[in-house]
Amino acid sequence: MLGVALYLVFFLIVVTIYAIVVMGLNLQWGFTGLFNAGVVAFYAIGAYGTAVLIGPARDRLIGGFEMPFLVGLAGGMALAALAGLIVALATLKLREEYLAIATFGIAITIQLVALNFEALTGGANGLIGLPRPMFDLFATPGGYNLFYLIFVLAVAVVIYAALERAVRSPWGRVLRAIREDVTAARSLGKNPTTTRLQAFVLGSAIMGLGGGLYVGFIGFVSPIDFLPILTFQIWAMLIVGGSGNNRGAVLGCLVVWGLWTASGYVISNAVPPGLQSQAGAVQAIIIGLVIVLTLLFRPRGLIGEEDVVSAHARDDEVTTPQEEIPAQQGQ
Amino acid sequence: MLQALADGLLTGSIYALGAIGLTLTMGILRFANFAHAEMMTWGAYMALGVLTLFSLPTAPLGPLTFGWPLILATVIAAGLTVVLALIVDRFVFGKLRGKVGHLTLVFASFGVALLIRNLINLIFGGRAQYYTSELQIAVPVAPGLRIMPDQVVVFATAIALVIAVHLFLQNTRLGLAMRAVSESPPLAQVNGISLARVVRWTWIVGGALAAVAGVLYGVSVQLRPELGFHLLLPLFAAAIAGGVGNVIGAVLGGFLIGLIESVSVLVIPAGYKLAIPFLVLLAVLYFRPTGIFAGTTGGK
Repeated sequence: MLGVALYLVFFLIVVTIYAIVVMGLNLQWGFTGLFNAGVVAFYAIGAYGTAVLIGPARDRLIGGFEMPFLVGLAGGMALAALAGLIVALATLKLREEYLAIATFGIAITIQLVALNFEALTGGANGLIGLPRPMFDLFATPGGYNLFYLIFVLAVAVVIYAALERAVRSPWGRVLRAIREDVTAARSLGKNPTTTRLQAFVLGSAIMGLGGGLYVGFIGFVSPIDFLPILTFQIWAMLIVGGSGNNRGAVLGCLVVWGLWTASGYVISNAVPPGLQSQAGAVQAIIIGLVIVLTLLFRPRGLIGEEDVVSAHARDDEVTTPQEEIPAQQGQ
Repeated sequence: MLQALADGLLTGSIYALGAIGLTLTMGILRFANFAHAEMMTWGAYMALGVLTLFSLPTAPLGPLTFGWPLILATVIAAGLTVVLALIVDRFVFGKLRGKVGHLTLVFASFGVALLIRNLINLIFGGRAQYYTSELQIAVPVAPGLRIMPDQVVVFATAIALVIAVHLFLQNTRLGLAMRAVSESPPLAQVNGISLARVVRWTWIVGGALAAVAGVLYGVSVQLRPELGFHLLLPLFAAAIAGGVGNVIGAVLGGFLIGLIESVSVLVIPAGYKLAIPFLVLLAVLYFRPTGIFAGTTGGK
């Protein structure tokens, strides 16, 4: 029974951290309509940034600044925001899908840096033995995990409350105005590029925060934790819950991570050890199916956006003849 | 240096072939298809599947490592890739097209890419595979330059197909229709061009080219389920550098990316080679987002 409780705490910590990342993506895609195909890159930058800042000093390694955890978190967020800024500046004035392609590129690049820049990232072995905040105050790892769960929950609640305030503010209305109709927003004197830039960079920073929190929890970083599949998982969480709705983002997180964990458990018990590659493939296929089937049959997700004006809800309205012509949608 | 240039041209010819299909989809279907490179993986593995399933003799042609069976298998694989492309369009993209914002189509292609990649992983396994176990010795052709007979065939095939596609687009009514839709779908429709037919043929041409490019990549490197995943960035970089919708531009873009990648290894550690297309892409987007080559309609 204790084992189950311990596992549940572990599970909830991971879900909460992913929920923060999903809320970051929700700000980018759900509210502003910006496609980020490299979520894992921003998450990884936050994680490695935090790790380098808080890590113990070591020979042959750059970094190891032994800073306090919260400073490390802030540094990781700032680096993720900077990466977001570079990509956004290059692409936001251009065709919308260029942002998707550039973020995909940054994900590949960060993976290479994590694997090859050994002096900074520790290469394939990663950075181990990172300090976990306030670990010494607790007698048992279980007790510590419970504390860490409360900590990440508190962070998630703060992020949730701040985002809810932001998207209901005039700034948040501009985000949705841009997502729905750029031309109309521009004609009302709003500057779409600046607002998109703000939303994208803020979303990237939130993803970086998720990465930093993950490092504080497990106490090491390695490239294994930042595989491309993570981007797909985060996306699945967002659209299953319903993009444009932060409660949906959190719910989707629980559902998809539960599905992933359960399918992993079943498959690892059913599949002989020699076929692990195929077992991973089945799990990835499930995520792919979740994404495609949700888009086709329940584009609003489980909860969906509250407002009626939503680009994602258009299929139950009458489409005008213009919308059947693909050219009218590309800018 | 000479060797790097030769290798770059070879890789570039495969990129060019893949980028043509991608630029056609981006120009005519108006969305960035993240699943395009997975069609290359699919084609490459279908050819392997045909060879294995019918256990065709691998009698090599002359100095090559492969023979008629692989050529036959490639034709069948191209057919199977077209079938895949048409099925995906029928059941996913076709259902979404015109109903949702085009970024949702991009997202759908992202999900489809994950599905195809892992379907291949499930069927064929994750390890590296080859069409043949024959070894080939590189022949010295000039001081500091060695070329394998296979590479000559790969290069020649890619160039021949590029020219064939160009002639098809310039000289046939269907090619004209495809170019018209790429310019302006409403105007094309007013002139009696069937959008559905052009969309279908875009998938047929793009799918077949992707399959051949996949096989050529498999012949010159190896087969892995991540083949397409790693090719996607060079292909996007090539298509955007050449100007979206511009076939000749995509070909030149492909060679450009191939050459920069292979020459860069002389300067930077080989481990970062995969990031080179990203840097080229960022540079193009910052300084010349409509593409490097004049007269293109990409960018805004």
